[in-house]
Amino acid sequence: MSYTVRMYTLSTCSHCKNAKRFMDQHRIQYNFTDVDLLTGDARTIIMDEVRKYNPKCTFPTILVGEKVIIGFNESALRGVLELE
Amino acid sequence: MTAEQLYENLKKTQEPKGFFFNKDRKQVLGILGGLITNRERYGYMSCPCRLASGTREQDRDIICPCAYRDEDIAQYGSCYCGLYVTQDWNDEKTPHVYVPERRPA
Repeated sequence: MSYTVRMYTLSTCSHCKNAKRFMDQHRIQYNFTDVDLLTGDARTIIMDEVRKYNPKCTFPTILVGEKVIIGFNESALRGVLELE
Repeated sequence: MTAEQLYENLKKTQEPKGFFFNKDRKQVLGILGGLITNRERYGYMSCPCRLASGTREQDRDIICPCAYRDEDIAQYGSCYCGLYVTQDWNDEKTPHVYVPERRPA
């Protein structure tokens, strides 16, 4: 399956670290933005993006193709990533 | 202060109140490390799993232990971050579920 994985994360967040570790362990390529490391306009622009996918603006917010997974929900991720 | 020192300090004050650290010590030390990072950044230990504004007044409800911890512990046996849990949660008598965000958007 071909998909793009994009994650909005916080550098300090345990759930975000777990999500990154999960992707690494399964050799899933992804890109991510640690939103807490952004300031000013850069943070505002990214938060507008996050809000579009997840109005509660919680982390991690994970996009797998068109699908949005909120939080480190391992079973949901396994489903959309078609693992096992 | 190191995460280990913070662990020992908080354990003394929180456990007698019924708030136990998650038995996954590695996970706990990671969360405590996030708290220390936030104190260095903002001057207060805001929740590492939430985006702080950097203004103490706006972040007051997410300074650890956050304003939502007690309700989350009562309902799920764990706080939003998975830092504080009940003894039953550690003993796996309570199902380990993802705790949804209770803070209003």
